[in-house]
Amino acid sequence: MIDILFSFLKAFLVGGAICTLAQLLINKTKLTSGKILVYFLLAGLILQAFGLYEKLVDFAGAGATVPISGFGYLLAEGAIIGAKSGIFGAITGGLASASAGVTSAITFGYVFALIFKTHSKT
Amino acid sequence: MTGKNAENTNKNYLDYVSEISPKTNELKTLLHAFWVGGFICFIGQAVRFLFIYVFGLYGDVLAGATSMVMIFLGSFLTGLGVYDKIGKYAGGGSIVPITGFANSVVSPAMEFKSEGYIYGLASKMFVIAGPIIVFGVIGSVCVGLIYYVKGLFI
Repeated sequence: MIDILFSFLKAFLVGGAICTLAQLLINKTKLTSGKILVYFLLAGLILQAFGLYEKLVDFAGAGATVPISGFGYLLAEGAIIGAKSGIFGAITGGLASASAGVTSAITFGYVFALIFKTHSKT
Repeated sequence: MTGKNAENTNKNYLDYVSEISPKTNELKTLLHAFWVGGFICFIGQAVRFLFIYVFGLYGDVLAGATSMVMIFLGSFLTGLGVYDKIGKYAGGGSIVPITGFANSVVSPAMEFKSEGYIYGLASKMFVIAGPIIVFGVIGSVCVGLIYYVKGLFI
């Protein structure tokens, strides 16, 4: 029980810290949100290429997987595992393991954009 | 005299404001980003535990199912107009979680729906998400090839 409470705390703290880092970058550099997302994705991907991001995932769970850097981790991890089975796996492994995220973003994205009207003021 | 003095104090005051306000605002934005981003990950952890202990998922399926639920929540809240309100308050705290990725898909898609269901909705949904997928896929291919070549020699 105490383990579960601790993992919630760790997810909150690590996830919050990653988001604070992003906010710091936004404040200091005026980067747009699209660029922030790309940089954090690549950061997670490169860290996992050196086998580092999985340590953060083991420690923080969703605190490390829910931020977009966790998506980069998943892409790198899939490619590394795929590479063990040959060159085909090396090329397709990344997107294969990220397929749930990409598929649901496209499907839910299209359906909800179809159902709802825009709220941005003109 | 009084007019000049007033001008001076005005200027001093404005200098003072510009000196003080960015710092306090910045600290506030960081705090907002921290607790909202942390809270979104907290929800992600709850979803993760639900899938582990109730549905017995693990590994790839667990990661996939969790991100599906988070993306569902992000797109749904964007559709309702709630996520953009959270975004104004939280900044990076709502952009970086995967729910923010979903938001970046749905938000432009809704906005450009009036331009049609193919070249409006379907193409504009990738305005921000497109680059993420492009760099993610190319990056993962690079990592895969490096590990493949490494595997040939070791």
